[in-house]
Amino acid sequence: MLVLAVSGYLILMVHPRLYWGEVGNDLTPALVELPISRNHQHGGWTKPAPFFAGARGPVSAGRTFDIFNQNGWGRSLHFLAAWFLALTGLVYVVAGLFAGHFRSHFWPRARELRGLGRELRDHLRLRIPAATGGPRYGLLQKLSYAIVVFVAAPLIVLTGLTMAPAVTAGLPFLLTIFGGYQSARTLHFLAFVALVLFAVVHVLMVILSGFKRQIRGITLGESQ
Amino acid sequence: MTNKLITRRTALISGLAALGGVTLARAWPKELPPSYGNLLRMGDNLTYAAHRALIPERALAKEYGVADITSMPATGTLDPGTLNYPGLSETYRRLHHGGFADWRLSVEGLVARPGSFSLDELKRMPSRTQVTRHTCEEGWTAIAQWTGVPLSRVLDAAGIQPRARYVVFYSYDDWVDCLDLLDALHPQTLVAYGMNGRDLPLAHGAPARLRVERQIGYKSMKYLQRIVVADTFDDGGTKGSIRNGWAWYTGI
Repeated sequence: MLVLAVSGYLILMVHPRLYWGEVGNDLTPALVELPISRNHQHGGWTKPAPFFAGARGPVSAGRTFDIFNQNGWGRSLHFLAAWFLALTGLVYVVAGLFAGHFRSHFWPRARELRGLGRELRDHLRLRIPAATGGPRYGLLQKLSYAIVVFVAAPLIVLTGLTMAPAVTAGLPFLLTIFGGYQSARTLHFLAFVALVLFAVVHVLMVILSGFKRQIRGITLGESQ
Repeated sequence: MTNKLITRRTALISGLAALGGVTLARAWPKELPPSYGNLLRMGDNLTYAAHRALIPERALAKEYGVADITSMPATGTLDPGTLNYPGLSETYRRLHHGGFADWRLSVEGLVARPGSFSLDELKRMPSRTQVTRHTCEEGWTAIAQWTGVPLSRVLDAAGIQPRARYVVFYSYDDWVDCLDLLDALHPQTLVAYGMNGRDLPLAHGAPARLRVERQIGYKSMKYLQRIVVADTFDDGGTKGSIRNGWAWYTGI
């Protein structure tokens, strides 16, 4: 996860602009331009030349700026880490489905949902209940785990695959469901932000709810 | 009862896994490019093998309409005539000044009829026009219309030999790359001489470049000079992607 996050950020630094639809490049407007590398609005371009007669059509311009680019190893490292995560993730999800882990620990009971407001208020005031030594999880905990496993993780995997030209040749519906290559790239970035936030809060909660006891529970599996 | 259920599930899963294993083993490439013990290159090879095993050979990259054509940056070499490669750049400058009338694409190696094609000869061969998305490793994309002769036609005209496994390409900006036969013979793989209805512009690889639509942009080599059909993998040495720290296969 950490390797994916770091290499993904490195890849984003090479082209720190996000778009919607199929196409986005330095000669087309962006949704956001992130000032995270020297490639941000570098402006090193030859005079734009139109492809077709008329002033308003698509243009071509040559890049004269020496951009920051570590994608040679950044991309390959990202994909290598993705192989590891995808394979272990698959084992986790299949095992979780068959063992009923998700049903018994992630699925909130109707009774619990009524306490949502109160639990949200308590958490925002950082009044965190002490660790229970493993499941049963709290309501907010259940919901965030469920969103990570069933929304953010599949989204980041599928949008990642949508950026692979060979994969979309075989599975063209991927481009359709995400509305194009650049939309998939933007969603991939948003899912990354969501997962990083989750990881930060997750670690924070481990600390707040009794660090020593939680770590003992996670590693040695000791309860109570 | 519970035990029985798990047994059934286990049987089902093992059955599917075995079936999947057999399918993968059959389609797995017989030969992988060298990894030189580099973990990253091993990962690239895993991606390559998985793509070859799972993606249908003739699956086409998405094609768009003429109305979808967008602006497109030209990156990397913008004019090989300005480079400091004595011989290559001088030759290119001379060809460019002559409007590429003397440019010839040489086709050598494991072919029955080694020789070369002029731009006019290539243009007289059956052509293909496709509007496709160029996907750069940097993260940007652009849609353009490409016109050219399918590489498979060029190789057929030269008479590709049965021993052939790879097709190696040399460019006027001193780059060497290769494709396996699956990508080389793919219907969308072109020796493209036209872009957006005009001659290929200088900055985009004039007079002819490759289009390899199921891989990342840098596989679509600009400024084609020479094609060599080979029976072994050629990493291009210091002029190839691998020795420069880049993946050879970029379907991802």
